[in-house]
Amino acid sequence: MLSIKSVAKNFGGVKAVNKCSFDIEENKITALIGPNGAGKTTLFNIISGLIGIDKGTIKLQNENITNLQPHKIANLGISRTFQLTKVFRNMSIKDNMLLAKHTSEEEIKKILDSVYLHKPLDTFASELSYGQQRLLEIARALLMPHSLLMLDEPTAGVNPKIRQELKLILKNLKKEGKTVLLIEHDMDFVMSVSDTIVVLNQGRVLKIGKPKQVVKDKKVLEAYLGK
Amino acid sequence: MAFEYLINFWIFAFMYIILVVSLNLSMGFTGLINLGHLAFWGVGAYTSALLTLNGVPWYFAMLAAGIVAAFFGFILALPTSKIKGDYLAIVSLGLVFIMDSVVRNWTSLTRGALGLPGIPRITSSSINFLVFSFILAAVVYFFAYKLVSSKHGKIMQAVRDDETAAKVLGKNTQLYKIMSLVISTFMAGIAGSLFAHYITFIDPTIFSPDILIIVLSMLIVGGLASLNGAVFGAIIVLALSELPRIIIVVPALIGPIRDMTFALLVLIVLIYKPRGLFGKVDL
Repeated sequence: MLSIKSVAKNFGGVKAVNKCSFDIEENKITALIGPNGAGKTTLFNIISGLIGIDKGTIKLQNENITNLQPHKIANLGISRTFQLTKVFRNMSIKDNMLLAKHTSEEEIKKILDSVYLHKPLDTFASELSYGQQRLLEIARALLMPHSLLMLDEPTAGVNPKIRQELKLILKNLKKEGKTVLLIEHDMDFVMSVSDTIVVLNQGRVLKIGKPKQVVKDKKVLEAYLGK
Repeated sequence: MAFEYLINFWIFAFMYIILVVSLNLSMGFTGLINLGHLAFWGVGAYTSALLTLNGVPWYFAMLAAGIVAAFFGFILALPTSKIKGDYLAIVSLGLVFIMDSVVRNWTSLTRGALGLPGIPRITSSSINFLVFSFILAAVVYFFAYKLVSSKHGKIMQAVRDDETAAKVLGKNTQLYKIMSLVISTFMAGIAGSLFAHYITFIDPTIFSPDILIIVLSMLIVGGLASLNGAVFGAIIVLALSELPRIIIVVPALIGPIRDMTFALLVLIVLIYKPRGLFGKVDL
């Protein structure tokens, strides 16, 4: 589905992403984990075209998307959310959703129901709590036609109830056979929803494997879990 | 006399409505802090004046005024992929000074500080000019209303709220910023043409910061991202600017008191209605 080959990105003298290579399988949930500063969000921004790369290639379904403009990459089928929620605060829920896809109210409501956001469509995004804004952002990403969904720390800053709802959302996406790339620090969350885990450390891939293998890996424990 | 004064007031009101509505398109609806709007109205005024003084019919000249202003708007829009926020404000403001300098120094074309007298009037009747100004303002308002209510208008507002989010939703944000500035500056050029054909004389003072302050006051008082705000902001500020002329007997005091009135009005509005009277987004 998505192939990342020898991708490198330097910010001045800092190697944010360093010869990073891995593949994302179709219909699977892949979690990208690693300590702060490992290069996870930078990699997300590279994949979605917000940051250009110095070396390497990125292919989506065998199509080279390296250094394409973000809107072109989005239109090729990559949908994403952000670590700090990015909803259009001065717009209603409906207008936020319509920006992802021009569609019927019915479809919008269906998607909002699937993320447990039950608010009138004319509610302004600024009137929603932070957790609800996060759900709206996920709903918007889901509504946008996509083949790969990328979620950047969906549980960051949300209350336990919404965290549980997010877990259910991810499990439902898994059942539906969606392809998801997920950045997450909550290891219980990661273990319960992901099929594959990619561990990044200092911009390099440290380990790729099934969740149970990864959490037992010595290098991962040292670098990430601190044991 | 009072009747003529009222006609004059409303002609200016409609002209300012066009200017503020157009500025609101780029600044209020797309979030492009364009402090150079006055440059485009000046370009429109000079284009229309020069063409009509050389025998071109006013309607072609007015259209050309919009097109030439839009061309300069396009030039300003090109660096907006890299320049945003305060930096765009400074760059666009610089355009006003550049235009002022060009007009002052290109004397073979513009007669420099002497200005261009004898610009033909569209019609000799003030009432006809008023009706024409009203129609132009109504057309601009209607077009702006249709645009901001459309799918494209929503994308412009998305660019304003969060450009990165708009990009990852597949929107070519640079294209929308260019579109917004080109349309907005086209309208400003038309307003400039209207001004030139009403006053029948223009000189480089058309780029004066005083007019920029009036237009920005109108925008702030009416509120960003509101077309009704643009209309009421223009009328209220213009009416207040006329007030000192009516109530103050000493002519030398009219100017300073008018400036103080603007400052006070903007301050009061910002304290009690931080988004302006009808504004939909924060300043």
